[in-house]
Amino acid sequence: MTLSAFPHAMPLEGLIGGLMIGLAAALMLLGLGRIAGVSGLAARATGIANSGTPRSIAIAFVVGLPLGAFILSALIGGVETRFPPSIIPLIIGGLLVGFGTRLGSGCTSGHGVCGMSRLSPRSLMATAIFMASGFITVALMRAGGLL
Amino acid sequence: MRQMFVALFAGSLFGAGLAFSGMADPARVQGFLDLFGQWDPTLAFVMGGAMIPMALAWIIQKRLSRPFAAKDFSLPGTSLIDRKLTLGAILFGAGWGISGLCPGPGLADLAINPLPALAFVAALFAGMIAHRATS
Repeated sequence: MTLSAFPHAMPLEGLIGGLMIGLAAALMLLGLGRIAGVSGLAARATGIANSGTPRSIAIAFVVGLPLGAFILSALIGGVETRFPPSIIPLIIGGLLVGFGTRLGSGCTSGHGVCGMSRLSPRSLMATAIFMASGFITVALMRAGGLL
Repeated sequence: MRQMFVALFAGSLFGAGLAFSGMADPARVQGFLDLFGQWDPTLAFVMGGAMIPMALAWIIQKRLSRPFAAKDFSLPGTSLIDRKLTLGAILFGAGWGISGLCPGPGLADLAINPLPALAFVAALFAGMIAHRATS
């Protein structure tokens, strides 16, 4: 399936992959009673956060992320990952994402997927702000000739 | 042990979903944020797809006294909107736009494109440690 106005979009793959992500988050909620928030679980798994989800559960979830991506990539014969050509945006972006998700208590999964579906005002606000910030940042990069 | 298996399975399904949906591809995520370029709406379909099972899960959660494989629910509050939330979201969104990556895809990509993913993940943890050191 393609969208004629947006020939690069993958709406069907996006929807199916989104359902998989939602099912995974539902399993964490109904099975373990926890939010599937990747930034929080990653901080907990590494010991950067010292309270929250039991560490063994956080480690198991975080190890699963590359494991699942690896298995799926092997099954469908490869997954495209177009990274920025320079390491600089990866470092600056990583630092901002790490600091910002701890300060704001969540990222695309915790506030976005889990919080928005819960209609949490806190998460709706966080998601609206990080989306707007992302749109503005990329617009500025485009205006500055960085894209 | 059972809880770890559930978490490993959930993490793997999450990582597989990221890879299948195109969200492991930083250029595609950046394409969604690029309103003045060739806009790529795929991320909206991913978010929409993920909302369906999670909205049902929240309805079911309200009727459960405890989760299937744990003693109790441990869930964050939903009402606090303060400067930390706002500033954190602004910084996160900026880093997301600059790199095309958030924590889930960064970690998932360690298995698909290890070198650049490792650069991002190393900086991600450095940023988290910097937050802990300053708070």
